[in-house]
Amino acid sequence: MEASGLGKRYGSTWALRECTLAIPAGHVTALVGPNGAGKSTLLNLAVGLAAPSTGEVTVLGGRLPGSPAALDGIAFVAQDTPLYKTLSVADMLHLTRNLTRRFDQAHAQARLAELDIPLQRKAGKLSGGQQAQVALTLALARRPRLLVLDEPVAMLDPIARHDFMATVLAAASADGVSVLLSSHVLTELERVASYLVLLARGRVRLAGEVGDLLGRYGQANLEELALHYLRDNPTGVAP
Amino acid sequence: MTALTIPARPEEDDASLRPVPWRQLAWVTWRQHRFALGGVAMLFGGLALYLWLSGSSMHHAYATAIACHPASSYACQNQVINFDSAYGSTVQAIATLLLAVPMLIGAFVGAPVLARELETGTFRYAWTLGVGRRRWTVAKLVPLAVTVAVAGGLFSLLFSWYYEPLFADGNSIPLDPALFGLRGVAYAAWTLAGFAIGALVGLLIRRVVPAVAVTLAACFGLTFATGVYLRQHYLAPLLGRNLASPPAGAWVLSGWWTKGGATVSRAVMNQVETSLFQRVMTATVPKNVKSDNIKFYKGPANSQVMNYLLHHGYAQWTSYQPGSRFWPFQWIEGGWLLALSVLLIAATVWLVGRRAV
Amino acid sequence: MTALTMPAAPEADASLRPVPWRRMAGIIWRQHRVALTGVAVLLGVVAVLIWIAGTSMHHSYAIAVACQPPGSPACQEADLAFLGSYGFLANGIMLQVLPVLIGAFVGAPLLAREIETGTFRYAWTQGFGRWRWALAKLVSLALAVTGPAWLFSLLLSWYYQPYFFSGNQSLGLTEYTPFFPGLFDLHGVAFAAWTLTAFAIGALAGMLIRRVVPAIAATLAVYAGLAFAVGGLLRGHYLTPLLTTSPNVPGSAWILGQWWTKGGVTLSHATMDHVFNSTMPTVAPTGPAVNGPAGKDQAFSSMLQYLSQHGYTQWTRYQPGSRFWPFQWIESGWLLALSVLLIATTIWLVRRRAA
Repeated sequence: MEASGLGKRYGSTWALRECTLAIPAGHVTALVGPNGAGKSTLLNLAVGLAAPSTGEVTVLGGRLPGSPAALDGIAFVAQDTPLYKTLSVADMLHLTRNLTRRFDQAHAQARLAELDIPLQRKAGKLSGGQQAQVALTLALARRPRLLVLDEPVAMLDPIARHDFMATVLAAASADGVSVLLSSHVLTELERVASYLVLLARGRVRLAGEVGDLLGRYGQANLEELALHYLRDNPTGVAP
Repeated sequence: MTALTIPARPEEDDASLRPVPWRQLAWVTWRQHRFALGGVAMLFGGLALYLWLSGSSMHHAYATAIACHPASSYACQNQVINFDSAYGSTVQAIATLLLAVPMLIGAFVGAPVLARELETGTFRYAWTLGVGRRRWTVAKLVPLAVTVAVAGGLFSLLFSWYYEPLFADGNSIPLDPALFGLRGVAYAAWTLAGFAIGALVGLLIRRVVPAVAVTLAACFGLTFATGVYLRQHYLAPLLGRNLASPPAGAWVLSGWWTKGGATVSRAVMNQVETSLFQRVMTATVPKNVKSDNIKFYKGPANSQVMNYLLHHGYAQWTSYQPGSRFWPFQWIEGGWLLALSVLLIAATVWLVGRRAV
Repeated sequence: MTALTMPAAPEADASLRPVPWRRMAGIIWRQHRVALTGVAVLLGVVAVLIWIAGTSMHHSYAIAVACQPPGSPACQEADLAFLGSYGFLANGIMLQVLPVLIGAFVGAPLLAREIETGTFRYAWTQGFGRWRWALAKLVSLALAVTGPAWLFSLLLSWYYQPYFFSGNQSLGLTEYTPFFPGLFDLHGVAFAAWTLTAFAIGALAGMLIRRVVPAIAATLAVYAGLAFAVGGLLRGHYLTPLLTTSPNVPGSAWILGQWWTKGGVTLSHATMDHVFNSTMPTVAPTGPAVNGPAGKDQAFSSMLQYLSQHGYTQWTRYQPGSRFWPFQWIESGWLLALSVLLIATTIWLVRRRAA
């Protein structure tokens, strides 16, 4: 994803401002920041749910978000994993298959069977962890080049969280899916993230490969890096 | 926890990916809205059953009434009058209620289509799939619109059959405002328009229950305004001069008197008519008549007054729409409602493309 | 990492008073202000329209009544002007939708929305207790819709007054009685009672169906069925109808049925038609006068005289106009009882429901 001067305003409030990024492909990118930092806004802009107020953003090598090529190549799992609560899991599979050009039904069914998720149960009746796994399965079955996740593990218990992130990692490493996920739980991201974008109050504070950043700032792990950076540099811009 | 390996993806060529076929989108629309469509089917089905049952007995009663011989006798005419009074008011009430159905369909089928997705957040899923949001919206709105319009059209055929006897005996005129919107192509057009209004309102308001309420209000307002103000102007009304009675089946809009080409005010006409009436009554009613029977003389006296006025330079004008204009009016009304529906649905699709969250 | 110490729990759990009802009122208002405002706007707009239409219609009625001499062309025109004014309101059918709209849109989402969105898990575990919360909501909103509905029906009673003056029939002005199905429940206390019933049906439907839009649709359907059943079948029998053989039934009466007997035996319509046919030539004057309206009236009254002299009796079963208010109270009474029952059932379901 590449953004230059990207900004988004709601009414008179700027949710995101002067955002310039170049996130390379093939990484698992963690988008972190406190609540209200603008993470969801940035992700909405990346997947085409919102249009920029200023600046521009392109994805998958120069494509406009929301264009057919971008929609095909990106799978998005929104916050609170919105599924159609009254449809059964099988119906959700069928529906997604009918609304996308590329869908690996066999893979999705195998995965759901492995997770012991009953296909006939209504999506609204599944537990939070199961709903998240269903959403992720649907997303991966689309064979995207970029997987975008908005606070995917916020509502999950530790075991579900672990399983979820393991799946994400497997997809990233085995299939070369780039991943962009936002979270404010830094400890999980430790193991998976290879690129970090730190947002605070609508601006990018830090962006870069994790190894580089940790070295440059002399911190031991991401959490300390983020806390250090946010605390000491409340309004500074990333150098 | 096994690590699941995902098979390697083939190289894709973006140019070779065709858009998602409409057939698949149609399945999605059906699956998501089958509850609403089922409700429409049940509503129309139940009403149709009622119309068929009571219509059969009504047709039977009418056939009996007109099979009576001799037709001009008091008893036979009385039968027809009895038929009218037995069925007339019920049918009028049914007709008024049936006018509400397009509004209900617009509100309960049209409004939730987009409002529910926006309210529950599932649009974040649907609008980021490969199909693209505009195509998805079109694939939802058009089949649903066509389905409800066709259902409305079929139902109005049944209603026309149901109402036949009361037209045949002159109880109602074709352009009767309470009935016009239920027959011909108008009912299908109103159902379609109700749906289109609901869809746009649902998109704008983004919450289902307020969208339902606003759609009901908007549909009601439009129906009312059309029936009371707009419809009479579709074609310039005809003017009738000195009509003894309005032509059969005509929809009378207004009437006034002129003398020598200038319109006479209501007040002046009242005075003139009253004084003439008094003179005629004084002249024709015998002196020893019982007061109960005076009323029998009023009718002929009225006719004499009319005759006198017409012979003395007064002319009575009636503005009306003839019953023969029923079909032209149906096409006009159906036409502009169709255009409005297409416009509203197009606006909805366009706004979906522009809406940012 | 600081350890958080909890202050020691107070001893007196038993002395905790329940949360006062007064506070609930504020919460209920905030939660439902959109719906209540919508109802207020709807009734307000319709009230203004009724006021405008009513003043104009009352005016034309006054002209029609005061017109002399009756039956003259001018007075006939005045009569027609009155009958034609706002004819679409005259049979009252359009206004019948108001109680059900109010009840459905306020009552159905009340519980259905909480359950559908899951917020009941919040509301039902607050200190107020779930059934007291439901009771407070149901009762206060019931009052909030019934009160304005009753006030509105006062306006409607004023509007329809001219239609029910007893002198109307002799002037040929109207055929509507206060019992007319489309008008009966716009009057008196029935309008408010029906609104309350619609609300109660909505609340129960919301609790049973647990999804808002289907609950609203179900409320509309159930109410329509109930209203039809009552108007068409039930209402005529609140008190035993009166029987009379007099041909002059008062104009304000609600005629339920008419039939002829001879010698104690009821005669069918077909038989009576035959009788009419055969007696008409001997009784009524022949010639052009018979076919005019005046001639018809004359013929009809002569015929009735002839038939009664020959042992035929016409029976009419009717409810006299004087029973209007007793019927209003009866109908409102059982509707109130029904509403209380429905609301009680709803609260009982709230208590029983496993979250």
